[in-house]
Amino acid sequence: MRGRATSLRRRLTWTLIGGAAVLAVLFYLVVRTYAQQIAQQGQDRILEASLTSLMDAAVVREGQVEVDVPYAAFAMLDTAADDRVFYAIHQGAELLTGYDGLVDGPFVAMARPAFDTVGFAGIDVRLAQLTRVLPASPAPVMLTVSVAQTRDSLAGTLWAISVNAALFGGAFFVLAAGMALWTSRSTMRPLSQMAEAVARRGPRDLRPVVRAVPTELSPLVTSLNSLMTRLSASLTQSETFIAEAAHRVRTPLATVRTHAEATLMRVDRDENRAALRSMIRAIDESSRAAGQLLDHAMVTFRGDQMERSAVDLVGICRELVDRLTPVAEMKDLELVLRADGPVVVQADPILIQNAVRNLIDNALKYSPPEGAVRIEVQADPVAVIVCDEGAGFPEAQIAELSQRFQRGANAGDTVGSGLGLTIAQDVAEAHGGRLELVNVDRGGACATLYL
Amino acid sequence: MKYLLIEDNAELAGALCTRMRLDGHVIDHARTLSEGSDFLSVGEYDLILLDIMLPDGDGRAFLERHRAQEGDTPVIVLTARSEVSDRVSMLDLGADDYLTKPFDHAELQARCRAVLRRRTGSAQTVIRRGDAALDPVASVLTIGEAEVTLRNRELRLLELFMNAPGQIFSKDKLVDRLFSYDGTVTENAIEVYVGRLRKHLEPSSLTISTHRGLGYRLDEG
Repeated sequence: MRGRATSLRRRLTWTLIGGAAVLAVLFYLVVRTYAQQIAQQGQDRILEASLTSLMDAAVVREGQVEVDVPYAAFAMLDTAADDRVFYAIHQGAELLTGYDGLVDGPFVAMARPAFDTVGFAGIDVRLAQLTRVLPASPAPVMLTVSVAQTRDSLAGTLWAISVNAALFGGAFFVLAAGMALWTSRSTMRPLSQMAEAVARRGPRDLRPVVRAVPTELSPLVTSLNSLMTRLSASLTQSETFIAEAAHRVRTPLATVRTHAEATLMRVDRDENRAALRSMIRAIDESSRAAGQLLDHAMVTFRGDQMERSAVDLVGICRELVDRLTPVAEMKDLELVLRADGPVVVQADPILIQNAVRNLIDNALKYSPPEGAVRIEVQADPVAVIVCDEGAGFPEAQIAELSQRFQRGANAGDTVGSGLGLTIAQDVAEAHGGRLELVNVDRGGACATLYL
Repeated sequence: MKYLLIEDNAELAGALCTRMRLDGHVIDHARTLSEGSDFLSVGEYDLILLDIMLPDGDGRAFLERHRAQEGDTPVIVLTARSEVSDRVSMLDLGADDYLTKPFDHAELQARCRAVLRRRTGSAQTVIRRGDAALDPVASVLTIGEAEVTLRNRELRLLELFMNAPGQIFSKDKLVDRLFSYDGTVTENAIEVYVGRLRKHLEPSSLTISTHRGLGYRLDEG
């Protein structure tokens, strides 16, 4: 995969949560603005009523305005927050009664009261102002009434509404975030379930995915299945090919070898015999090398993706001893298996079998006739020890022997590919163990496969 | 001993039959599974050598059928495939053993003997010369009432001599017949084994004579 890995689930979660946050803030702002407008309208209406009652109380006598300020005009402005009220009544530009400086002229007649928020005596007040022309004789009189009220009560109401709006917004956000998490998880569940099902498979399980998946995933599953089918076909093809190739090569080799052996029994001339002998050796070398190379490739492949299962090492060794006893008998060698009881480990049985077979093969090859090859299965630490009574490993080379194609200097004419110990070592390492080679003082050598 | 070889490769079959007959065995060759079944229905065999890939079917199917019909003739499978993949299925289906091609003839013989020893304990064909009898499966030499168990190499050497009395075998040839071709065995070893055989044969009417520059020969009486 190229670029930064993204998580669909995280992206979905954050998108949903972000959306919820924007909605919550928007909700708060709308509620607050609306509340402010309503509250302002409320105050303005009372101010207007107060203004009107003041205006109605005004009478003009001989060109002079007289206002008998009614108590109710201010009583209606009483609030819980004890807001202060200011007023001013002007005739023309001249202040008749009230606070000086609350409003300034010049005034013009207006049909409806004007509202404004202004500063007065260092505080914010809401000011309502109405100028009317009253008909009188000898001349009409222009009367201006102004009432102002501080905004403490309004601010209190606004604050209460804001707090509530914020609480509602917060609760909405928390709820929405929870739902976002749940939604993204449940949306992604089929995807992660499918991933898990595919991941749980063994390395050689290439059956198509058949579980029901959401429609959005089905193109992915279809391509995955088609990939699996192609991979499986190509694996089967290469396995069949290898089997077929081995068959094609090994059968003629067997023919040549058998012919050579039969001929060797019948010819007498030394040079012919020597030629036949080296022919047989060459066949053995090549077939063994081919077999070991395949084994080595198999060990590398399986080591990469191990299929561990409970394996009884003693059982594996016993089977190998049975299988190799006829070969050992040809050299009058005894195969001795020593074990106290089953030693069960989590391992790949085919790899273990291959490694131990290589060790026993080696021991059989390098043992002098009429001796014994001892195989011991040890439980603590878990190990398989194979000991022979041969010449031992060349001391100087002991560290290099398990390298690929390395053969001991004293291997002489013994047929071998130099891969046996490499295979054993690779298997040990794939299981987190190691291969140890030591010479025994009283003669012989031991190879220990620690797992 | 009497073998039935089921193998479609004529070349290999021919070579194997020649080799077997040189050792004094009787061997019939079937090219297909059905031919093999025909041979089995008319004749008795000590052992069946079975190839796995055959023109008219898989050798494994034959094995299954053979075991289902309670045929108790032991079967050794000759396979050209890798050991790992076929190992389990072959033994599960009732093969007594298997051998990967190309194989050492001595190993084939060793496996045949081991299979027969497991199955029957002794050979149906005991080789008799003079007052000595050799059971190559049990690896027992009987002289009169006395029985000696031979080591494997002694057995193979004596089998060779008893199958061809009066024939002189050079040390060189004996080395080839007895040991695999890894060249680690010297001709001196032959002297050691001949010496042991002479000791075993002391109470019998058989002797092994040395012919300077030529080799050894088994003489009767």
